[in-house]
Amino acid sequence: MCSFKSCTLRPFILLQFISFLIVGVTLEASEEIISSTADHTKFEALQQTFSSGPEVTKACLECHTEAARQIHKTKHWNWRFTHPETGEKLGKQTIVNNFCGAIETNYARCTSCHIGYGWKDNSFDFSSETNVDCLVCHDTTGTYKKFPTGAGHPPYVDKPFPPKSNKIWKAPDLSQVAQKVGKSSRKTCGACHFYGGGGDGIKHGDLDSSMTNPKKSLDVHMDTEGLDFTCSTCHQKDGHDVSGSRYVTQAKDTQGIDVPGRGDNIRSTCESCHGLKPHAVTINNKLNDHTNKVACVTCHIPSYARGGRPTKTWWDWSTAGRMSDEGKHIKTKDAQGYVNYVTKKGSFEWGENLIPEYAWFSGNIRYKQLDEKIDPNNIVAINTFAGSYDDPDARIWPFKVMRGRQPYDKGNNTLVTTHLFGKDSDAYWKSFDWNRAIKAAMQASNADYSGEYGFIETTYHWPLAHMVSPKEEALDCEACHSKQGRLDKLEGFYMPGRDSYYWVDLIGWLAVLGTLGGVTMHGLGRLLSKAKRR
Amino acid sequence: MSQTYYFSLFERLWHWSQAVLIFGMLITGFEIHGVYRLLGFERAIDLHTTMAWVLIGLWLLALFWHTTSGEWRQYVPSDPDSMLASVKYYAVGIFLGAPHPFHRRRAEKHNPVQRMVYLLLTMVITPIIWISGLLYLFYQYWTVIGIADVPLGFVAVVHTIGAFAMLCFIPVHLYMSLTTSEKPFSYLFEMIVGHDANKN
Repeated sequence: MCSFKSCTLRPFILLQFISFLIVGVTLEASEEIISSTADHTKFEALQQTFSSGPEVTKACLECHTEAARQIHKTKHWNWRFTHPETGEKLGKQTIVNNFCGAIETNYARCTSCHIGYGWKDNSFDFSSETNVDCLVCHDTTGTYKKFPTGAGHPPYVDKPFPPKSNKIWKAPDLSQVAQKVGKSSRKTCGACHFYGGGGDGIKHGDLDSSMTNPKKSLDVHMDTEGLDFTCSTCHQKDGHDVSGSRYVTQAKDTQGIDVPGRGDNIRSTCESCHGLKPHAVTINNKLNDHTNKVACVTCHIPSYARGGRPTKTWWDWSTAGRMSDEGKHIKTKDAQGYVNYVTKKGSFEWGENLIPEYAWFSGNIRYKQLDEKIDPNNIVAINTFAGSYDDPDARIWPFKVMRGRQPYDKGNNTLVTTHLFGKDSDAYWKSFDWNRAIKAAMQASNADYSGEYGFIETTYHWPLAHMVSPKEEALDCEACHSKQGRLDKLEGFYMPGRDSYYWVDLIGWLAVLGTLGGVTMHGLGRLLSKAKRR
Repeated sequence: MSQTYYFSLFERLWHWSQAVLIFGMLITGFEIHGVYRLLGFERAIDLHTTMAWVLIGLWLLALFWHTTSGEWRQYVPSDPDSMLASVKYYAVGIFLGAPHPFHRRRAEKHNPVQRMVYLLLTMVITPIIWISGLLYLFYQYWTVIGIADVPLGFVAVVHTIGAFAMLCFIPVHLYMSLTTSEKPFSYLFEMIVGHDANKN
């Protein structure tokens, strides 16, 4: 029975309880302690209106006096890397790839992913401290985005991109962004690294925007409901120098688990945390035995481009430049809705849930230099790498192999740089004249161009190390230990389940059959002779 | 009522557990070799390795038993004449209804051909399989024992040849033991209960 009194009282008590909860929560929020020792909203230097990125950097440097000079030493800043063994000049400044070619003469577009402001041509001042972009890595608001053609600057007024489209890139509130800085995150690193090659997932295959907030099945380490690693959990070192390199990849870490005082202090290998014998010991213990010849990621990244975003697998520049009958640019899509042709860039193919290709890899990658001769009768490997079964530093690694067709110098048999982006008429995206585009870019690269170009098929290997699956989804033994398995093409070693010697097996089975036949004949002979004797 | 116990309890247990293990190892071994898919590579490897260790343990026991009991003498090759006589019997005499030239007794329970085959099995085929198998299993430590330059393929081939030899032994053994006794299946009976069925 419900009396009148208690029925009216109950909603009142509930209301009181709710208001108590609200008060409680707000009290808690105001007393929340941030993990950083500095609350940047309290800094006077940041309580001002900033009109440009460099102005913010100037304010940052008032306290973080060494930060810019630290950045100046990194590949993130220089886009240049001298290989310690070969002495080759590598890095984005010089390397020709089979996506958009090279950055030479295309700076303002490419450097929208530079960790600085204003690298629009060769005159960029690499010694300028205020040209360092602190916010692109340390923004926590998610509102700071570099403008695609802004040479590293964010938009300072709202602007459309692509130009004349109705997709507006909002100018960030720099003061707000500066006051909310924090540690780098999957989102900040991903702002560039997920969009390599000009768009989401295009370049790497194991890095795309699905890795911003991945599920466990996509990446066991970055799983937002689990370990929730950021990029820098593994890719960390002191003084803004981030570990992990595609020029001197550590294909095999023999140091094992890194703890202070032991190890190489590079935490970007699997072994740095998991050690050299990462699996539970079993009767045969073969899984642990594999670690000297098979990279962890070979079994633990069963497929890539798994997060619902496709990656580009083929890019044919030779078909670029076609116009419609009305003289307009063409854009077509394939059955899955992926763009497979655009006038400016040629034809593409995409893939999702791709099976990696595998190769012996010692970490020592060589890149085709601009002045290096190529063989135009064969597919040109833009990067090649050392490694074989007999190489103690090499292991079997998974790769995304980017394939495509790109311009080359037919007279000199070399790769070429191409001037794609720009307002001048030499730019391919203005005049669609390859000869002019190549000539202008090669001149800027200080490279010889014969004046005659052709198209050549190229490959580019990208070692895969992200999108690590939970262990339950790692590859089974027979993914490789079987006929026509994943390692079918790897040579120079005997692999049980895949390999056998034809003659040994043939003679062996014939012997077994012969024995069976022999005893059968013997038995029949006995039966017959016995019947006869009767 | 005199019964000759040809096979002691230990010998019978040894025989049958060895039989089960060898069948198991052949089945898993040829799966690992890529001939068919039954259990999956990983389970096949696990089982193959487990059974290998059990078999090795069993063998150590058998080795001990044979040396201490003196039963190893059962496997010493016979003189060439009686050997020849036995071969001749299986090649010719058996078809003509001739009697077996070999007279079986407790101290000499295997005929000369049998002795030879078992000796080959234990002293040649089994060691080939074991040594190559253990090398296979401890592939990781080849550098330690200084044989890092030996290709794995060589060890694999030797192991495979041993396996084929073992596989060839089975039909012959089954045929001989199941069909050549005077009373049908008396050898099988013997291997189960231990004593001679004829004198029961």
